[in-house]
Amino acid sequence: MDRIPILRMGKCLLVTIQVDMQDQTALALQDDLAGQIEKTGAKGVLIDISALEIVDSFIGRMLASISGIARVLDATTVVVGMQPAVAITLVELGLSLEGVRTALNVERGMSLLNAAFALDAGEDEESDVEDDNKDKTGEAS
Amino acid sequence: MNPISSGSMPVRNEQDIVMSRQTVRKLTQELKFSIVDQTKMITAASELSRNTVVYGGGGEMRWEILSDGLRNGLRLHFEDKGPGIPDMEKAMTDGWTSGGGLGMGLTGSKRLVNEFEVRTAVGEGTCVSITRWK
Repeated sequence: MDRIPILRMGKCLLVTIQVDMQDQTALALQDDLAGQIEKTGAKGVLIDISALEIVDSFIGRMLASISGIARVLDATTVVVGMQPAVAITLVELGLSLEGVRTALNVERGMSLLNAAFALDAGEDEESDVEDDNKDKTGEAS
Repeated sequence: MNPISSGSMPVRNEQDIVMSRQTVRKLTQELKFSIVDQTKMITAASELSRNTVVYGGGGEMRWEILSDGLRNGLRLHFEDKGPGIPDMEKAMTDGWTSGGGLGMGLTGSKRLVNEFEVRTAVGEGTCVSITRWK
């Protein structure tokens, strides 16, 4: 059975699906990604499906599962590069990939992930500021 | 309507599901279907091949290239000798599944094609036929 390679780049895991996958290959990718997120502590997963000529309900379900599993493991997933004909077919089939973040291409997908990381970092800073304020209040009284 | 050409292939395992997609891609390209129509027909074939393997215990896909004088079309038959579908009404409900799937296979495929027909008998098997015209 083929396995889809997973590349690591900084805080992200990158996956480019370039073959017509058997169902088992898709399931293996789901397991491999969950393992890699745990192992590397990755905060983002980018899945490029621009080479996929179809997404059926099985692949659609796999993409939704990966997003869900990654979210529980504190990582954001973005699926990029879906061809227009695939998008039209998927929606007509009855799947709208709810809960799956998408972007038009790799570049926009990376910006989306970076924005998510910045938001995370921002929240940390905000809590620091609150702590500072408390200190000042403490000094004043 | 006599087909211009026809053929068949076994649909018995996961590798055959991939092969059925590739076969339908080739056929729709030969018929010069638009990219969207190609994608719809391949996706429907993928769903129905998987049903044949998972629920029908394997079977075959037959294809026919048709012409009604004005336009050409592709008809696919997915045939198995599995348990059959006891409740067609339920099977044609979005989200209902007898297995572990999403329940989008039959209903979703129907939306992707121009003609859709299911013949089934409990204990004898199921044949799903779909047609898309150019």
